[in-house]
Amino acid sequence: MEEENPFFAGVKVSIPILLGYIPIGIAYGLLAVKSGLSSFETVLMSVIVFAGSAQLISVNMIAVGAGMIPIIMMTFLVNLRHILMSASLSLYFKKTSKSLLPILGFLITDESFAVCSASIDKYEDKGMFFLGLGVSAYLGWIISSLFGAILGNILPVSNLPALDFVLPAMFIVLLVMQIQRRLDVFVAIISGLSSLLFVYLLPGKWNIILATIIAATIGVVIEKWLKTTY
Amino acid sequence: MAENYLLMLAGMLLVTYIPRVLPLLILTRIEIPEIIIRWLRFIPVAILAALLTPGILIVEGKLMLNYHNVFLLAAVPTFIVGIYKKNIFLTVILGIVSVMIINLFM
Repeated sequence: MEEENPFFAGVKVSIPILLGYIPIGIAYGLLAVKSGLSSFETVLMSVIVFAGSAQLISVNMIAVGAGMIPIIMMTFLVNLRHILMSASLSLYFKKTSKSLLPILGFLITDESFAVCSASIDKYEDKGMFFLGLGVSAYLGWIISSLFGAILGNILPVSNLPALDFVLPAMFIVLLVMQIQRRLDVFVAIISGLSSLLFVYLLPGKWNIILATIIAATIGVVIEKWLKTTY
Repeated sequence: MAENYLLMLAGMLLVTYIPRVLPLLILTRIEIPEIIIRWLRFIPVAILAALLTPGILIVEGKLMLNYHNVFLLAAVPTFIVGIYKKNIFLTVILGIVSVMIINLFM
């Protein structure tokens, strides 16, 4: 069997991400233009920061006149969850060229991480696979926000409610693809419930960080306990 | 364009990029203890569940566990197709179609 080019295999699996970025990119572009940014400034943030939720929050903050330091601090809090994804992905990139790692790190998002964890095992050159996936998602994000900025300048509002379900639907299928044993189901339930609880107690995206740490730790403890008991 | 804006973007880049790249740079260079590897293996399942629940159960800032929650209803067929087909694209398309159909009856 002919080996599929890993870069293009990555591009191919990024298609659902691109679909999901359309409504978010448009929402971001619309909001950014409404909060007073030019189309160029709007797209520039997507090029430089590449972080959907942090960008949405920061243009909201700009709209209410927040200062630079609070916006940067909020961005830090919201994006700190990537530390866990980066640590998890490092298991795959031991053999990847060290010079590629700074680029791969930039491309880590909730979506690229999720799709990658579900399908990377199949590919020998994991670095190139993630590069294809990440670059494609990055370009998709830039184009969607440009589209949103342009729409924001011509239309009053626009909303695509069905497309808002793309990312939740993608997280659903990726979650079930990750589940291999009963313990995984248990960890998922603990994490999902904790995340729901913490969303009301903590600012930013700290619910995701805390829920993940708690659930993964419980998973390791139970795994160890099962091994010593049986 | 205000210089302040560029400065702000530089700050945002810094605080976003460091957490993204640092574990990758460090952990690919060292031998990770087995217990940490086991812990890291649970991260995808845990993160996905943590991202998912607020996305489908919270509507406009409120927990909504009834049949008025369109995303919760649409999640049921989406889960079923996800489990049986394990195909990202197909599941996403079915999810969108489910939301459209449910919206027709709302």
